Amino acid sequence: MVPIEHYISLSAVLFMIGTLGVLTRRNAIVIFMSIELMLNAANLLFVAFAQEYAALSGHIFVFFVMTVAAAEVAVGLALIVAIFRSRGTIDIDEMNQLKG
Amino acid sequence: MDGNLITFYLLAFVAVGAALGMLFSKNAVYSALFLIMNFAVVAVFYLILGAPFIAMAQVTVYAGAIMVLFLFVIMLLGAEKLAGEDTLAWQKPFAWMLVIFFLFAIAYQLGLAGLTNAEIISFPGSEFGGPEPIGQVLFNDYLLPFEITSVLLLVAMIGAIVLTKGGSKARPNIEEEAE
Repeated sequence: MVPIEHYISLSAVLFMIGTLGVLTRRNAIVIFMSIELMLNAANLLFVAFAQEYAALSGHIFVFFVMTVAAAEVAVGLALIVAIFRSRGTIDIDEMNQLKG
Repeated sequence: MDGNLITFYLLAFVAVGAALGMLFSKNAVYSALFLIMNFAVVAVFYLILGAPFIAMAQVTVYAGAIMVLFLFVIMLLGAEKLAGEDTLAWQKPFAWMLVIFFLFAIAYQLGLAGLTNAEIISFPGSEFGGPEPIGQVLFNDYLLPFEITSVLLLVAMIGAIVLTKGGSKARPNIEEEAE
């Protein structure tokens, strides 16, 4: 039985790696993947606490987070494809206009 | 140090290593593959934590569907290599500074909370986290959110289709139909 603090630490490290990816990378797809990593870190913590307190609600929330992540990825990647069509790049530094 | 902790540290090492690989890969395809590895390791964590249903959902939804979508878009756009020079040079060290500060804050809070006094309230049985108990809770206590989720997925599907339909060919057809 691994103490919960280990899972909190691991989740924090994974979350911060995801944050670093969002803040430092310039490729919009890699930024999206970093957001997935952050969601995943939160999910890990949900499941760890669900086992700690024997509460099944944590699993249900992970289920919902996965659904929202799937919906977000579908729309987000569609947006990236649309941006790539109009601008010819997915470098987010190039996306500095509201008008397409 | 018992076997559980050794397993945990080995898996955590692989998970963090895969996440760092995703962060530092120059090629977006490698990033995606590292992320799949990370998701697989997290699925093993779910199994250890007594959540087999979530673990299988993780493998099929995250490592399966979502990452296939990512790889598909990367290869469709041919956008795997984007070197690009940094236009905001100060941003990278600033981000590192904030991240390290946050990690120290977490470590400090964990130290305050005390590392070993967390008692396990009740160790869940072996049936905990399987498909049947999850289904019971999902369809009894969380029925409305579950139904709303279906609407969310429908909206996401329609949104993706509308966004990618675009282009100069589709527009005139829509206008003709409107007339």
